[in-house]
Amino acid sequence: MSEIPSDLKYTSSHEWVRIEGDGSITVGITDHAQDLLGDLVYVEAPESGTEVEVKEACAVVESVKAASDIYSPVDGEVIEGNENLADTPEIINTDPYGEGWIMRVQPSESASLDDLMDAEAYEAHVASETH
Amino acid sequence: MGNRTPIYEEHLAAGAKIVDFAGWEMPIHYGSQLDEHHQVRRAVGMFDVSHMTVVDLTGNEVKAFLQYLLANNVDRLKDSGKALYTCMLNQDGGIIDDLIVYYLQADWYRMVVNAATREKDLAWINQQAASFDITVKERPELAMIAVQGPQAIDHLCKVLPDCESVRSLKPFVATVMDDLFIARTGYTGEDGVEIILPGDRAAAFWRELREAGVEPIGLGARDTLRLEAGMNLYGTDMDESVSPLESGLTWTVAWEPQERDFIGRQALEKQKQQGVQRKLVGLVLKERGVLRGHQKVLVGDAGVGEITSGTFSPTLGHGIAFARIPAYDGDQAEVEIRNRHIAVEIVKPPFVRNGKSCL
Repeated sequence: MSEIPSDLKYTSSHEWVRIEGDGSITVGITDHAQDLLGDLVYVEAPESGTEVEVKEACAVVESVKAASDIYSPVDGEVIEGNENLADTPEIINTDPYGEGWIMRVQPSESASLDDLMDAEAYEAHVASETH
Repeated sequence: MGNRTPIYEEHLAAGAKIVDFAGWEMPIHYGSQLDEHHQVRRAVGMFDVSHMTVVDLTGNEVKAFLQYLLANNVDRLKDSGKALYTCMLNQDGGIIDDLIVYYLQADWYRMVVNAATREKDLAWINQQAASFDITVKERPELAMIAVQGPQAIDHLCKVLPDCESVRSLKPFVATVMDDLFIARTGYTGEDGVEIILPGDRAAAFWRELREAGVEPIGLGARDTLRLEAGMNLYGTDMDESVSPLESGLTWTVAWEPQERDFIGRQALEKQKQQGVQRKLVGLVLKERGVLRGHQKVLVGDAGVGEITSGTFSPTLGHGIAFARIPAYDGDQAEVEIRNRHIAVEIVKPPFVRNGKSCL
């Protein structure tokens, strides 16, 4: 069973979202997602200043097996991409909710976080996909 | 539910992630595909390849039959146990399958063909065999374990009664030891053997090897190891729409003697005469990233090709690939990755042999 922290929000495409005190959000992929992908070998994190739209592909993670798009959970602007992932993409495997974060986004004023799932809903979503 | 090899329960016990492969429930990895890859390059690992199809061909005309059936010439096999890599072609020169054929006795050869092509291979072989005095017998009761890596023989010696006869086996030669058929072959670019044995002994033998320190390796690492080693995968790098000449396998076609009329010969000679329009090459991505199957390859004025197999090479730390491209003499190309054109170098595979980079 993969780890699903209760203090985070989730998307159906397996990103996690942490809402920070300053109103920005941090985004990564879930433990379940990294487990499905296997050993990560390459990550293309977005550059700061990139405008993103909700459900728009804005980063790529690649394992030995497959490439997978990362979608922005909100409309907004990237304020930081995790530069450490260029040299050590495997930190997504070892610490998906910590060191392995992918990007920080400043949501636009009209952006809504209401569509994101809580941990319980995400757990049910994972279960529905695996059965 | 798919087919299961006699070693299936051992995979589950070792924590394997199981996937469908050509109708078989096979281990893709046991935790980390990367670790398993390095384990084989640096030490030793073993693969359950019992899904592969073993076919024994016997009878007085078996040599003549195989000289007709296969693009390589079994006449090259003079000593018992000697093996040959070859394609089996259709009349158009398209590749029905690639396989290894072993010469055992004047009236007995053994072929190991791919699992994914089992049915069409058997149908084709039986169809062609109709006019020859031979018997075609599949051996589904046999299992197959590949032990690969620089320490493969040392570890095998811990479980085999007669180790020296295996240590002295030359590459591409097999020997029989009790009920084990042991061949110095493999699909990794490392030293090692492939062992064909009775299915009812396979799980116990697997456990003995594990106790001797041989780690289980999944099909995921098998794929990255073979790609680094420059070995084609049937169905991915080649199929019936291409010939060996377009697949980096011209060396497996025995043109001499000219009077040997093997299936596909005329088509290949015509293709050779007209000039082969496409070729299979290796690609190396020098910047960060991963090459993937079906990505477009732009080769200057020569046109556009396509990656057939691509991956991240764990040994080299680069993206590598096989690509089928238009005939071209240069050594630079571009690959289209997510709408960007990325420079790659064209190389002649293999990329890695015996643990070392060939680049």
